[in-house]
Amino acid sequence: MEMVPLKLVTIVAEPVLEEQLTAELRRLGARGFTVTDSRGEGSRGIRASEVPGQGIRIETVVSAAVADRVLAHIAKHYFPSYAVIAYLSTVEVVRGEKYV
Amino acid sequence: MGEILRQNLFSPVALAFALGVVAKLIRSEFSLPKDVYTALSVYLLFALGIKGGVELGHAGASAIAWPAAATLLIGCVTPITAYVTLRRLGRFSISDSAGIAAHYGSVSAVTYIAAQTFVKGMGAEPEGYMPTLLTLLESPGIHIALAIGAMKTASPDRDTKSVLHEVLTGRTMVLLVGGLVIGLLMGEKNWQTIEPFYDSKGAVFKGALTLFILEMGIVAGSRLGDLRKVGPFLLGFGVLMPIVHGALGVWLGSLAGLSVGGATMLGAMAASASYIAAPPAVRITLPEANPTYYLTASLAITFPFNILFGIPIYFQLAQWLHG
Repeated sequence: MEMVPLKLVTIVAEPVLEEQLTAELRRLGARGFTVTDSRGEGSRGIRASEVPGQGIRIETVVSAAVADRVLAHIAKHYFPSYAVIAYLSTVEVVRGEKYV
Repeated sequence: MGEILRQNLFSPVALAFALGVVAKLIRSEFSLPKDVYTALSVYLLFALGIKGGVELGHAGASAIAWPAAATLLIGCVTPITAYVTLRRLGRFSISDSAGIAAHYGSVSAVTYIAAQTFVKGMGAEPEGYMPTLLTLLESPGIHIALAIGAMKTASPDRDTKSVLHEVLTGRTMVLLVGGLVIGLLMGEKNWQTIEPFYDSKGAVFKGALTLFILEMGIVAGSRLGDLRKVGPFLLGFGVLMPIVHGALGVWLGSLAGLSVGGATMLGAMAASASYIAAPPAVRITLPEANPTYYLTASLAITFPFNILFGIPIYFQLAQWLHG
């Protein structure tokens, strides 16, 4: 089967940011995304939700160019004040055209 | 006064709260599942709204005009007094002051329900249209405080339209306002068919409230460690600001013609700090404001203070003002 290398961007963030982040992902060129609830703790130690420690994890498979834009956007707008981390990995998918 | 305080401390609400805190302190793994907690809050808010709507049908617009005006005045004054106190006396940053002020300008529905349960237990039946006042107090305080913060920091935050949408379409607003409309439309006869489930004097409502407060105790307990981080000023603020706002609420409520029960509840509403509607709005609009400050102050200091001591104090004050 023919596999296509693409980038998986994973963003772990405060739940309050879900709507904003997913709208921005779309705008920056992501064709889709997956959001799951998560739990955890980080350097900021606290999340602005009723239940401490709750978070969301947003995953999106995109082209390298879009991944770059997404990470730059998050670094600029969210890293300074929010409990957000984001990272990149290379994944291989079938139906590569679906994601770009 | 001592007797009233004692009675309140041994109420199911106060004891359930204490158990929640203790459960957290002894590091019990127990907590209410998040969905149950959300479901309970939906039930409580919806019940408040429906009952309030039915009562609003009885009251008529003229009876509620002055109390509504007093409530809106409180909604405009409390965020400003809180902001000025924090900024001038507490030397907090603009964002932190505005963020905390947004919480103290808005209202905690659970504190409202606890006050209602308390005054009814004391035999001081409040006006039936109180839930309408609760909806009026929910949003102005948040907007005024956020507007102060946004103006003074000139941060490129989200536009006010989306914050307005966030607050006005939140759980509290939709359930309370929706419930009010439903109650108003269906009238007394239909109300009687669902009364055993929704009535705030009923066993279902009080049982649900006790469970909800138990979880609130756990949430507050988990923030106790943060008390050391917030400093002595915020500790004092979390207790004294509610007393000042509470006294203002009781006084204005009495002037507007509310009964002892109603004035006590308006006092408790003015004294309370939001922790459902305000935190997401503040987090999005004023990202530089430290969530540890506003969440700890409203959840771990002011909420327990009001539930345990504040409400009996406002009740005593209302009795005194009514002679």
